[in-house]
Amino acid sequence: MRLNNVFRLRLRSLFSRTTVERELDEELRYHLERQIELNLAAGMTRADARRDALQSIEGFDQRKEECRDMRGLNLLENLQKDLRFAIRQLRKNLGFTCTAILVLALGMCASVAICAFVDAVLIKPLPYRNPSRLVGVFERVAAFPQSNLSYPDYLDWKKLNSVFSSLDVYQRNGFLLTTAAGAEPVRAARVSDGFFRTLGVTPALGRDFYAGEDLPAAPRATLLSYAAWQQRYGGKRDVLGRVVTLDGAPNVIIGVLPREFHFTPAEPAEFWTALHATGSCDVRRSCHGLYGVARLKDGVSIPAALSNVTWVAQQLETQYPATNRGQGAAVAALTDVIAGDIRPILLVLLCGAGLLLLIASVNVAGLLLVRSESRTREIAVRTALGASSGRLIRQFVTEALVLVAAGSALGLASAHWAIQLLTGLISEDMMARMPFLQGLGLTVRVMALAGAISLLAAVLLSLPPSLRVWSSGMQAGLAEASRGSAGTVWRRLGSKLVVLELATAMVLLVGAGLLGKSLYRLLHVDVGLQPDRLVTMEVMAPASRYGEDPQAIALARQVMSRAEELPGVQSVGVSGLGLPMDGNGNTTWFRVLGRPWHGEHNDVPERNVSAGYFTTLGARLLRGRYFTEAEDGSKPRVAIINHTFARQFFPGEDALGKQIAHVSTSPVPIEIVGIVEDIREGPLDAAIPPVLYVPFNQETDSFFGLVVRTSQDERPLLPALAATVHKIDSGIVTVRGATMTVRINASQSAYLHRSAAWLVGGFAALALLLGVVGLYGVIAYSVSQRSREIGIRMALGAQPRSVYQLILKEAGWLIAFGVTIGSVCSVAAAALMRGLLFSVRSWDVPTLAAVAGLLSVSALLASFIPARRAASVNPVEALRSE
Amino acid sequence: MSKPTDLVQGTLCLLILKVVALQPMHGWAIAQRIRQMSGSVLQVGQGALYPSLHKLEQNGFISSEWAISENNRRAKYYTLTKAGRKALDQEAAQWERLSGAISMIVRTA
Repeated sequence: MRLNNVFRLRLRSLFSRTTVERELDEELRYHLERQIELNLAAGMTRADARRDALQSIEGFDQRKEECRDMRGLNLLENLQKDLRFAIRQLRKNLGFTCTAILVLALGMCASVAICAFVDAVLIKPLPYRNPSRLVGVFERVAAFPQSNLSYPDYLDWKKLNSVFSSLDVYQRNGFLLTTAAGAEPVRAARVSDGFFRTLGVTPALGRDFYAGEDLPAAPRATLLSYAAWQQRYGGKRDVLGRVVTLDGAPNVIIGVLPREFHFTPAEPAEFWTALHATGSCDVRRSCHGLYGVARLKDGVSIPAALSNVTWVAQQLETQYPATNRGQGAAVAALTDVIAGDIRPILLVLLCGAGLLLLIASVNVAGLLLVRSESRTREIAVRTALGASSGRLIRQFVTEALVLVAAGSALGLASAHWAIQLLTGLISEDMMARMPFLQGLGLTVRVMALAGAISLLAAVLLSLPPSLRVWSSGMQAGLAEASRGSAGTVWRRLGSKLVVLELATAMVLLVGAGLLGKSLYRLLHVDVGLQPDRLVTMEVMAPASRYGEDPQAIALARQVMSRAEELPGVQSVGVSGLGLPMDGNGNTTWFRVLGRPWHGEHNDVPERNVSAGYFTTLGARLLRGRYFTEAEDGSKPRVAIINHTFARQFFPGEDALGKQIAHVSTSPVPIEIVGIVEDIREGPLDAAIPPVLYVPFNQETDSFFGLVVRTSQDERPLLPALAATVHKIDSGIVTVRGATMTVRINASQSAYLHRSAAWLVGGFAALALLLGVVGLYGVIAYSVSQRSREIGIRMALGAQPRSVYQLILKEAGWLIAFGVTIGSVCSVAAAALMRGLLFSVRSWDVPTLAAVAGLLSVSALLASFIPARRAASVNPVEALRSE
Repeated sequence: MSKPTDLVQGTLCLLILKVVALQPMHGWAIAQRIRQMSGSVLQVGQGALYPSLHKLEQNGFISSEWAISENNRRAKYYTLTKAGRKALDQEAAQWERLSGAISMIVRTA
């Protein structure tokens, strides 16, 4: 109650200034008049009575001032005065002010923009109930630490585990949606019945799947994503109960997911259908296509959950050795599953932005230090006139605050713009795969962080001048200013700051250099094919018409022969299970015939390719031959293996002519007829696995990738190719048409490496600029302070050469210190981001040497300008001006 | 602008609280009352009175309102608040202890 009152009164004193003043005046005047009346009654003259009354209160205005003090009014007034003075001071020195504000804004902009990304990806909680209890559940095999579950395994895991309150599965999927115009490929996900309940998500409209709705007996049902509801159905509520035809099967729309819902591992998906375990893959225990997501029971940790599911996997291994041999288990926090890939990159960027902010603040602190040095005289005079050091420090703090406020405002505005720019740079496809970026922006958390940064910057910037006030005696200040020798505080602190700046710039430059080199190596990695003048496209034919072997073979032949007729086309090939760079994990188990086999699973990616596939790609045949078009189901089975396959499974042997077989009850021998040099089937930065190629005509598919080599410009070929395929059957869909060069450059690994390299490169360029400008400032200031000394030296006969030496030696020492410390720090920093480097060591000597050279040369150039000014000093003028 | 020493200022605050405790009063009357009650011994530096009043008000020990005074003019009347009453009791007890101790020393010495 009382505090409340006190607060109210304080506010009133602050904001109803005129009322308070009027009342104060009236109150004192009343007292005065009563005293005058009393004095008059005692027989004084009017003038005497008045003088006596004024004396008795010891001055009218003095009392008023004291009352104001008591009310705490002067505090505010002083602040106003300080502010006005600070702004006047800053305006007087516009060059300094603009530089300081710009540099601060730069540091602020970079760090806030990156923090917004970090917030959206790593800090913002996922849109599920209690997301920290959610985990991703996987099987584990030698080749893939997080591999898919098979449907029968999922059912057993669900039944046998004792650590999950619920376990569900999902699968990224594509459907052919039947539309009025024909067919359209749509992105979708298949999920088990309890998937949304496990996540804790309730549909915004309609209902969730009921238990058992994912079983083959139940009618097919689907939920819509919010975006699909808006775009395909105009957001109409009568969408519930409508039937859509997906892959030829009718599905009832039962609900719409909330707008904020996203589930990155299955995105982008428009239709979320209940899993109907009727496909050929779903019923086989050896066919792995599903990922698990589970909610941990209360009190169960991830390691505890892992040991439990590992036990379950072991049970299944003994129960079903034919299919489950070597199938372990893996559990990871859902946040890691979702953002695990980009977390290290974001952290590196965050560190980069932080370093840039550090350099920017240090730079401005250096500028302020120079200013406080040149204001030594002002400080001394004001102290002599009675200003307390507290009052002076308050003045400097106010100046720092004004700078930081202006810098932060500008920085935030540009950060807002930078975020727009950066998200604009993310391709639509990437954006769809990273739905968690939707909430990106200057959120409350980011603003709070920006506030904290500003506060820190304000403290950092107030320190140097305040220290200056503390450390300098008044007389020394007056005397020193008159003599004009270089300030010792400045020389000690200022040069340390510059060394810090140079070292930080070095760290950023080395980081950028290493990332840049990684990117270069990545984009120039041997992909095992000739990417120029090569076009790829995926063809999706409805299984109802092209599901049988002869139909699929006929279709592939027809597509290839029509494509070959297009102008410029040299050769055409197809590949059934994914194209290079896809990282498609379709694998098969095989055994080598003629060797003892105890049921172990040799898991390798498999591709079914046409006869002309390898020649079209420009692959290099090491031994043997390619497939022929005639090799179909009626001929003996054959296979081609890649180099890694031969090395891994036939070390020291000739693989050619050896026989292998798929693991099955009745193994059919497959003869190895060729060995091809490794082709990058997966991400550019991943090791190449052993790959098995079999003839498309022996293992067909109604979905296949098309590769076309042309002698002309490859871009116009894409629409022509799509039109050709549609002419064969309008129900066939073509997607993801792209040139091979684009495929390589736009692949996720190249994309991530490229964005990291560019952003860190940008930071490093700015850091170099700031560091060099900082060094220039130090040297220029030192020269200006020593002009008298230099004048004397020259008057005594010193040559310009020795003046150059004098100045450049000073700069040289600072640069040497900065570069040495920077090298040590950057090797340490690079070791931390080792995970992001591709075939570059963290202590890559050429990069270190190049960066050290670049930094030294630019820093020396920057100090050359003031050195030249020093050498051209006219001794007479230098001596006279003091 | 001589500032009253802590002892004097503290004492003045105690006196003001004590006087205002009787009834709401304006500044002039408070000054007169202190003089009367102390038998004209304590000439309150009238200049120090108003800053002290404002300080007490800011701290919530007294509240103020404008009213018509005995000579038919607007004057600012101060009233003791609940917090002020508590402070008065504490200050008075403190004063009793202090003055008792001092007079004990003065008498025995």
